[in-house]
Amino acid sequence: MNWDSIEKIAENVSSGKVTAETLVNKSLAMIDDTKEYNAILSVSKTRALERAREIDAKVKNGEKIGKLAGVPFIAKDNFLTFDTPTTASSHMLENFHAPFQATAIVRLEAAGAIMVAKSNLDSFAHGSSTENSAFGPTLNPSDKSKVPGGSSGGSAAAIALKIAPFALGTDTGGSIRLPASFCGVVGFKPTYGLVSRYGVVAMASSTDVIGPITSTVEDAALVLDVMSGKDQFDGTTIDRDTKTYDGKPTNLNGVKIGVVKEFFSSGIDDEVKKVILDNVERMKAHGAEIIEVSIPSISLSLACYYVLVPAEVSSNLSRYDGQRYGLSDATAKNLDESFEKSRAAGFEAENKRRIMIGTYVLSSGYYDAYYKKAQTVRTKLINEFNKVFEEVNYLVGPTAPMTAFEIGKHVDNQLQMYLADIMTVSANLVGIPSISIPVEKANGMPVGLQLMAPQKADRDLLALAAAIEGQKE
Amino acid sequence: MTQLPFILIKMSKISEQDIRKLASLSKLKLSDVEVNIYQKELTSIVAYIEQLSNVDVNGLDPTSQVTGLRNVTRVDELIDYGVSPAELLKNAPSKKDNQFKVKRMIA
Repeated sequence: MNWDSIEKIAENVSSGKVTAETLVNKSLAMIDDTKEYNAILSVSKTRALERAREIDAKVKNGEKIGKLAGVPFIAKDNFLTFDTPTTASSHMLENFHAPFQATAIVRLEAAGAIMVAKSNLDSFAHGSSTENSAFGPTLNPSDKSKVPGGSSGGSAAAIALKIAPFALGTDTGGSIRLPASFCGVVGFKPTYGLVSRYGVVAMASSTDVIGPITSTVEDAALVLDVMSGKDQFDGTTIDRDTKTYDGKPTNLNGVKIGVVKEFFSSGIDDEVKKVILDNVERMKAHGAEIIEVSIPSISLSLACYYVLVPAEVSSNLSRYDGQRYGLSDATAKNLDESFEKSRAAGFEAENKRRIMIGTYVLSSGYYDAYYKKAQTVRTKLINEFNKVFEEVNYLVGPTAPMTAFEIGKHVDNQLQMYLADIMTVSANLVGIPSISIPVEKANGMPVGLQLMAPQKADRDLLALAAAIEGQKE
Repeated sequence: MTQLPFILIKMSKISEQDIRKLASLSKLKLSDVEVNIYQKELTSIVAYIEQLSNVDVNGLDPTSQVTGLRNVTRVDELIDYGVSPAELLKNAPSKKDNQFKVKRMIA
């Protein structure tokens, strides 16, 4: 069962041709039919149907709704929302009910979109496979024995399963693009600061971004258009483009696209490499100027990321202390024991691992050697990207060096798991927009093609991605 | 799937004592089994990130903010967040007189 484009759905609801209630019911039926994949953690049935009926009544009254009139969507379960719990797939927040909604949710609702459910993720978004969820892994819609990627694995699987026209994800080091790649859908990571993070469970504040997961680039652009722009509740937000993010395809003629050499060196799956290079050839045939470029520090980006992100994680997760909200151990005899026991019971193994690595690299005596050094390597990486962007307009490569792997394959080897992010973390460290779009399959599984652009060129990047999406034969 | 190569510069061994200290600083109660596992895992992760130690960053400053924003201020006035104290206290494990109740801090 397919969905129309988001533009078409909103048009049909606004004109009264289709009711929002029908759409919400269709989405709810899809949730029931796909339970075995464990993509969805909770359903907002009552509120979604109420909002749908409100919208339908307004349409009958001749009122104007908005760009996303009646469009059902799924939010990753680290967005604060009314009606459902917000668990971040952790026991820590298993029973947490948000007293307010995230800015992204508020803006989407104001445009007429309707949240129907919350999706599974790696606990606190720590992971690349959704296996770190406290509520069991999500299964890949293309092959149930494989992971959907992570951490927004539930959202990507939900779109591949056609549960809703769009889903929200968060991307700290690839958490939107990797699952989009593994599940064969579109995942967009905007420029750092383009979408407010107010009301989203913080992971690593210097790289966290929010973005859409959809079936098409145009749908992703429309969702971004509604969510983006400054927010008084998030001081890191930046101005949005004055023009609409519409995701209309650009002409590839004369566009300079850099093929990042480092993405094709050792370690990449042969079939994935072939699919990506075939696509690059096709871009060339459509008039794009293909230039090989080198960004040597990309080989350091993962090490850099695994210093900076755990450091920020250890700081951001200190708020979960079992005193004001979240899991609280009832047996503790004193305050310190209450902290330690609550956190021990509320966090998954990967959460604890990252908190301790973060604490280690921030420790007195190690701070300069690890944290400050990584921040300086980050500068080096940024400089190299800036230099390459003087020569080309965009960069291209695979989203991941492999296709979706078997469930359980890397659970005992964190470094192998971390390597799934090797091609996505750079965009987060540099703060640039990046998108994963599905191309041909490899090893019978979906492959994502990754495109990147300079900071704030989100609109142009979406236009380029739409053009490449359209050239598939 | 091919395994990606990574360089082990030097293996600085993390001791059992280090893990217990980190757990204490992180306010995490760990079992002996966990201490053992994390000791091995953190040793290999730290060995991996140590590849940064040989990178030449002469003349470069550290980056902590990527879009160039500095000192984002606002007018010092009350903002209505639309949330009441009662709503904020709903998730509290223990409360009294409209306040969070915690265990005694000073003996």
